Amino acid sequence: MGRRRALWACCAVMAAAASAGCAGPHHVFDPAGGPARDIAALGRLLFAVCTVIYLLVIAVLAWALVRRRTEADGSVETGRRLTRAIAAATIASTMTIVGLTAASAVTGHGLTSPMGPAAITVDVVGHQWWWDFQFRDVSPDEFVSSPNELHVPLGQPVMIKTMSRDVIHSFWVPNLHGKRDLIPGQVTNTWIQADRPGVYRGLCAEFCGHEHAKMAFEVVVETPQKFKAWIDHQRENASEPADEQERRGRDVFLGSPCATCHTIRGTTAASRVGPDLTHVGSRMTLAAGTLPNTRPHLATWLGDPQSVKPGTLMPAVPMSDADRGAVIAYLRRLQ
Amino acid sequence: MIGRRHRLILVLVVAALLGGCEREARSFKGRTSANASKEPGVSRNPYAGNAWGVGQGKRLYTLYNCVGCHANGGGGMGPALMDDRWIYGSDDASVFETIARGRPNGMPAFGSRITESQIWMLAAYVESMSGRLPMDVLPSRADHMRYSTPENSRRARPPQGAPKGADE
Repeated sequence: MGRRRALWACCAVMAAAASAGCAGPHHVFDPAGGPARDIAALGRLLFAVCTVIYLLVIAVLAWALVRRRTEADGSVETGRRLTRAIAAATIASTMTIVGLTAASAVTGHGLTSPMGPAAITVDVVGHQWWWDFQFRDVSPDEFVSSPNELHVPLGQPVMIKTMSRDVIHSFWVPNLHGKRDLIPGQVTNTWIQADRPGVYRGLCAEFCGHEHAKMAFEVVVETPQKFKAWIDHQRENASEPADEQERRGRDVFLGSPCATCHTIRGTTAASRVGPDLTHVGSRMTLAAGTLPNTRPHLATWLGDPQSVKPGTLMPAVPMSDADRGAVIAYLRRLQ
Repeated sequence: MIGRRHRLILVLVVAALLGGCEREARSFKGRTSANASKEPGVSRNPYAGNAWGVGQGKRLYTLYNCVGCHANGGGGMGPALMDDRWIYGSDDASVFETIARGRPNGMPAFGSRITESQIWMLAAYVESMSGRLPMDVLPSRADHMRYSTPENSRRARPPQGAPKGADE
């Protein structure tokens, strides 16, 4: 009796675990865009068809095991029926496979075809191990780099041009679209169009080295008005330091190895080795979706990046605690 | 049953494989030289026998735009780095010094701009360009389209003595 109860409990836990995974900011079966919806529909179709076939096969197998031999088993008539049954099953299997292949091809074709004139174009550049989302417009002064945080307007087609600076990565937001590889030396295109506002999580879907697992990003889907306000703000130069400590933080930043890799627009720091920090304070995460962007986490990250994300190119820059505190205050100011 | 001879072979194979561990050992916290004095001929590059460090050096070499003056080793505005002539010394400490404090005629000082372990990584890569490091730590791939023979298939060019007129 105890064993049976344990079995039921086990089943209940598994069912709960499975259903808990059916929605959220990072889920294939919770689509928020056209391509993801097609992929989810294809997934459900495959799952349903395979479940039915599995149950049928198990049922027939059970029947064959249970059934007893009869006198008529060796007769010509039974042999004929057997042949007919096998032929029918073969035809049914072939038709199922052809049908599923066709469904898969149609879905796949839909994913690669353009969604129409894109409202905006975003260059997605993969780095070991972070993402650079670059918004380009007609003039160079409208260039915006938003590392690890992609904002898109609701309901508008967005063209994604993917490229890589080092190795092959793969751009994947399960709620929005299928995977698209970032190939060094080659630009590939894909489209996304979100029809539900929200924040979705994306990640690298192609093993790219030591910190592949800590190469995530957020996709913020917002109304076109909010998106416009966001990008207008991103185009502005960095905020000026407001007090003495922040001023000191800026001076330390610009005089230390920090400025060798990072850009803060409006200052002399203008390197593209690491992520753009012009509006770092406004972002949701640090270190490519690894830490929430709060003051203590920023202190941890600056103090010892290699313990947060071993192998990252970001080194621990030697400086006094007071200097580091000032740099943190300054970076928090960059909203 | 494994015979004594087979056991010996097994031990030797395992020992040989273990020998390869150091090659890729990744010391993310950064290595500094065992001898901090950086005296020429005394300091050793902590990444000289470490393929990962040399590979990181190769990335930094491009990211920090060493390419701008030295090209991919063939030289341009700055001297070539893949030949056997080392104007300001070829030992580990001299190469460190060249990167950290700069040299006359154009080499800028990076000492306050990058961290010490990054300088050692760059120095290790620069030394690997002329094939001076052990064969098994030399890089074989590039992040971009290949521009020259990979470092691990170049002919090693041991440094010649410093040229007499070392002022070019």
